[in-house]
Amino acid sequence: MLKPVKHTRNTLGEDLARMLKGGVIMDVTTAEQAVIAEEAGACAVMALERIPSDIRAEGGVARMSDPALIREIREAVSIPVMAKVRIGHTAEARILEAIGVDFIDESEVLTPADPFDHVQKASFSVPFVCGATSLGEALRRISEGAAMIRTKGEAGTGNIVEAVRHLKLITRQIAALQDMTAADRTAFAEQERVDANLVESVREAGRLPVVTFVAGGVATPADAALVMSLGAEGVFVGSGIFKSSDPQRRAAAIVQATTHFNDAALLADVSSGIGQAMAGQEIAQLELSMQHRGH
Amino acid sequence: MATKTVTVGILALQGNFAEHAALLAAMSVQVQYVRTVQDLEQCTHLIIPGGESTTISLLLASTGLDAAITDRCRASTLSVMGICAGAILVATKITGKNPPASLGLIDITIDRNAYGNQLESFDASLIVSHVDRPVRASFIRAPVITHVGKDVEVLAMHGEHPVIVRAGNVWALTCHPELRDEESIHRLFIAS
Repeated sequence: MLKPVKHTRNTLGEDLARMLKGGVIMDVTTAEQAVIAEEAGACAVMALERIPSDIRAEGGVARMSDPALIREIREAVSIPVMAKVRIGHTAEARILEAIGVDFIDESEVLTPADPFDHVQKASFSVPFVCGATSLGEALRRISEGAAMIRTKGEAGTGNIVEAVRHLKLITRQIAALQDMTAADRTAFAEQERVDANLVESVREAGRLPVVTFVAGGVATPADAALVMSLGAEGVFVGSGIFKSSDPQRRAAAIVQATTHFNDAALLADVSSGIGQAMAGQEIAQLELSMQHRGH
Repeated sequence: MATKTVTVGILALQGNFAEHAALLAAMSVQVQYVRTVQDLEQCTHLIIPGGESTTISLLLASTGLDAAITDRCRASTLSVMGICAGAILVATKITGKNPPASLGLIDITIDRNAYGNQLESFDASLIVSHVDRPVRASFIRAPVITHVGKDVEVLAMHGEHPVIVRAGNVWALTCHPELRDEESIHRLFIAS
């Protein structure tokens, strides 16, 4: 019999994450874009001032969005509204909680605020989603109270390779737990600075204890279908929609592809004639790696 | 007495369909994920799970499942249980911002996200007709049933609102017993 895991879970937030499964969460910067996202079938929107590809292009410090913009977006739609805070910026998170967003993304896309610590999420009523590149990182965020995990990928690149890397790495590390001795698992927990009971619960379930989406590089319906076939429970699309030539049609096509990821004929159909995808970037050419922010 | 073979379809377009499948599998009930009209054919029951009703509604239309479900439900060859987003989709009247297209299967009026945002989500223990102990359930950005027709049976209330209702072969729940490992409502539905 395992001892109870010591961290505090946001059960209702984990429940909301379950309602988002099989869905597409879209970055939007205006109320008009939010309506386009909702009409295309988004299961939630991420309200922000600048999408990741623009943050990359323009540089500067990227911060929490103006609460007035988030409110305006919330007024325009009926689906859940998420918003981002800088890693470790507890005050930004308290502001978003006060205005009543449905989920907070403690995001590496914004410029980190705290070089030592992430937000202690267990003390909040509003749920958090956090990025992860590995099992250890995901478990540290869950220990802090995250109600949902997403892969980090490499935001704003339109390049799916890092999202696939992080999803596969987490999946493989969970599989590897099954073959480890108890002593090895204890050593893994110590090395990753997480509770051994949490590691045991992941081994028993064969998965993370919270809903796991993919983010960071989804640009096409096929990208969404790829990560869903690899076990993602849903997708975030940042720059991929509103940096494409026909956002309405691309958004609707990505929603279809996320649901029907196993239906190749349908994928061929929805991928046809939807205009130009965002340009995209090679990871090796990037000046800024967002995935290495946070720890 | 001959027992009818029960196959419970779970609409798997978007939302928390996996939790219903796990609950029913633990009850040794035959389960079928439904993503196409063909998937629905052998089902005797259908659960429309929680999720986003606008998203599920669009996918019901693009797959043709909207008409298939409505036809079979009206022919009484399919029992349907709508939960949260699913309850919105089976209602005859939907109020609130940007309402989705309705299947119109049960004579109730439902107000989307009437409790408010996620900070208003809550857990409750419900007294349910035909169940001999309290039923735990979570209400997640839940809708509120604001009116029920004369042929609708109210099985549970929370405060002044009906939260589990039924009329013939159609059920509507604004809460999630499956997220608290509660089998009792699913059992009643399958026996119906």
